[in-house]
Amino acid sequence: MGTFSKKLAVAGFVLGVGASLVAMPARSENTLRYANVGDAATLDPHALNSLVTLMAGMQMHDALVMRSPTMEKVPGLAESWEILDENTWQFNLRRDVTFHNGNAFTADDVIFSIRRAQSETSQMNGYVNTITGIRKVDDHTVQLVTAKPNPILLDQLINIFMMDKEWAEKHEVTEPQNFKDKQETYAVRHTNGTGAFKLQSREPDVKTVFVRNDQWWGKDLYPHNIDKIVWTPISNDATRVAALLSGEVDLLTDPPLQDLKRIKAGPSLKVDQTAQIRTIFFGLDVKSEELRHSSVKGKNPFQDVKVRQAFYHAINIDAIKRAVMRGLAIPAGMIIEPPINGYKSEWDENRLAFDPEKSKALLTEAGYPDGFSVQLDCPNNRYQNDEAICQAAVGMLAKVGIDVKLNAQPKTQHFPLITGKGTDFYMLGWGIPTMDSGFIFDYLFHSGGSWNASGYGTKELDGKIEAIRGIVDPKKRNLLIEEIWTQIQEDMPYLPLHHQMISWAMNKSVDIPIEPNNMPRFYWATLQK
Amino acid sequence: MVHFIASRLFQSSIVMLVVALISFYLFNFVGDPISNMVGQETSVKDMEALRDRLGLNDPFLVQFGGFILNALEGDFGISYRLQRPVEDIVAERMPATLELVLVSAVIAILLGVAGGLFTGLKKKHWFSKTILTGSLVGVSLPTFVIGILLIYLFSVKVNLLPSFGRGEVVKLDGGWSTGLLTASGWKAIILPSVTLALYQTTLILRIIRSEMLEVMRTDFIKFARARGLKRRDINYGHALKNTLIPVITVAGLQIGSLIAFSIITETVFQWPGMGSLFIQAVQFADVPVMSAYLVMVAFFFVMINLIVDLLYFVVDPRLRADVKG
Repeated sequence: MGTFSKKLAVAGFVLGVGASLVAMPARSENTLRYANVGDAATLDPHALNSLVTLMAGMQMHDALVMRSPTMEKVPGLAESWEILDENTWQFNLRRDVTFHNGNAFTADDVIFSIRRAQSETSQMNGYVNTITGIRKVDDHTVQLVTAKPNPILLDQLINIFMMDKEWAEKHEVTEPQNFKDKQETYAVRHTNGTGAFKLQSREPDVKTVFVRNDQWWGKDLYPHNIDKIVWTPISNDATRVAALLSGEVDLLTDPPLQDLKRIKAGPSLKVDQTAQIRTIFFGLDVKSEELRHSSVKGKNPFQDVKVRQAFYHAINIDAIKRAVMRGLAIPAGMIIEPPINGYKSEWDENRLAFDPEKSKALLTEAGYPDGFSVQLDCPNNRYQNDEAICQAAVGMLAKVGIDVKLNAQPKTQHFPLITGKGTDFYMLGWGIPTMDSGFIFDYLFHSGGSWNASGYGTKELDGKIEAIRGIVDPKKRNLLIEEIWTQIQEDMPYLPLHHQMISWAMNKSVDIPIEPNNMPRFYWATLQK
Repeated sequence: MVHFIASRLFQSSIVMLVVALISFYLFNFVGDPISNMVGQETSVKDMEALRDRLGLNDPFLVQFGGFILNALEGDFGISYRLQRPVEDIVAERMPATLELVLVSAVIAILLGVAGGLFTGLKKKHWFSKTILTGSLVGVSLPTFVIGILLIYLFSVKVNLLPSFGRGEVVKLDGGWSTGLLTASGWKAIILPSVTLALYQTTLILRIIRSEMLEVMRTDFIKFARARGLKRRDINYGHALKNTLIPVITVAGLQIGSLIAFSIITETVFQWPGMGSLFIQAVQFADVPVMSAYLVMVAFFFVMINLIVDLLYFVVDPRLRADVKG
């Protein structure tokens, strides 16, 4: 018997020694270790219009116009700009700016980058498709000509990162990845921007390392002390939190809501929070003649505004906030948020109250005293606790006689229902990159909007929405925006639930302003020793 | 022998073709990759154009035929999510998974055989009972619970081992990246490999134990004892050898399932292998990666089965006699 216990003991000893051999790595420079749920798909700044990809891009690239921590528009690679006539904008470029490889940044690079973003394989072309002409005045002056007056051109240009023309030509990446040529383009894993950080190494899904760009033009404007950023995506929630608790990472931008209490309890950790630019709401098909999955045949109950109001009165948003969102949501009465042009707090405050009696009365008035049945389509991996919110709503609607069948599924199956306009009653969340109501009007309220599965929209409203695309005078424009919102708030094609909150969990040594668009910008960060 | 291998290889290729066909058909149900590849601002027209470029509008058989023809040339297309050729990504990820599986298999076989022998030979010993009770944990707790438990204990509580990742890796010639040459790499592989090995250890332990109990009761062991052979020779030379056939079968098949099980372990530990690649591909509806992964796993299973069949010849002389006769 002795032999076996001895062998086991030896095995245990060997494992133990192996483990203790390894010391914790030393940190000599200011390294910020960052983790989030998933990696950027590509480093090509114009290929993909998605949050994480843009976040990665903005560490290494700059745009002509940039944002301050309070979301104001501030000069970026353009030192200043002026409007020459209502269709022509002149940008005066910053001098002595160099790319990471040492090339000078000039007007040619601006022209190249905007043209690249306009190409067919670029997803950024929605931001630059109003630009019809680009003129080089001299090496540091560029004029952009739009087909029609474009009041939000500056907001759009914030998302267009500048690339080096010479570098792109040398590496044959003058266009973003086109899936037809079955090969990886050089720009998927290499970059050459003008930004605050340079790419040191890139292993997709594993680890990306950025190092400080000492030649950065903005280093006096935004003094940060980060020498190195090590970014490791961790997809599992529990593991990501464990990595923060054990001190292996310094910053998480997407900690799970249920762990925030535990993180706050840690002596060396803190949680910062702010309202996100994303509102969660239910959409109702107000257009079809008959619903696809409902006990009501031959007509569509959602066409009646009373039924829509009844649904809204039935939802106890405070209960959802408390029980599902753990207090981390701001009940909403309109589907845009405070920083967006067009937001008015009255509409949030005067949202229809939770009132099941009134809800039942409205349903009776509309001719459905016994309620009816309907299917709710809901994503289960897109928004914070999305499926749980839907489950709660199902229970609340049941109390007023509405029998809701919940269809919760991954976003890859949910979103095609919306863009394909094949759903009666659905959950959607919306954020606005341009910080202007015009964006959401185009996609959700114009009768031809690509995400407008509610079918809402009239000729008159469409006309107004199209009109604001071209009004440059802010006063006139804002009046029209208010008019449109007033109409929408009355018609209620969408039932606003809440504005999401962002929580960033981090080590107390990290100081970084939390951003409503959920993208950390590391040149605003400092690390205390 | 050559004929045997050739016919097995032929059967294998049919198995793989069927796997490819079924998995390709199932991809119709994972959702629309386009909605993940474009931002919310993309117009319906641009989405349609992208769908065309990707060939998603082609009839099913055209898509499948194209996939098979390209796959035969080693071309699995380009990942929708990572915008890189699938074969490059898989080649990058494979070492991580294979190292994890290898270390787990070694742990499972060493501990399983040692524990099985001990509990089989000393069935009344207190330590045997402890092992058997403890091993129940290995079969009754799901992998992700064990993984998170280990992370909580060894990373968060005592801060001894990393909770995620592979540590420092060294690139060898030929593109193989290994974590087994650095201290941090070894440190990082302990938790995931133990998590992955637990179930297999229990399985092997229990099979060896019951086989040992069986064999020790047979006549030839009694005769061996009567002949006065050394106890060690009887236990390891005769008894153990006779328990090996079922163990090889199970261990072989289990190496296949280690690769399959590693999906969960890799996700929990953010292990940069093929399993976590597959999970992300499923969430993204990244069809080229999913199909390549499934075909590859089918290939592994088929190859392991073939090797197991060949090992029978080595271990069991009766089979060799049959072939000659």
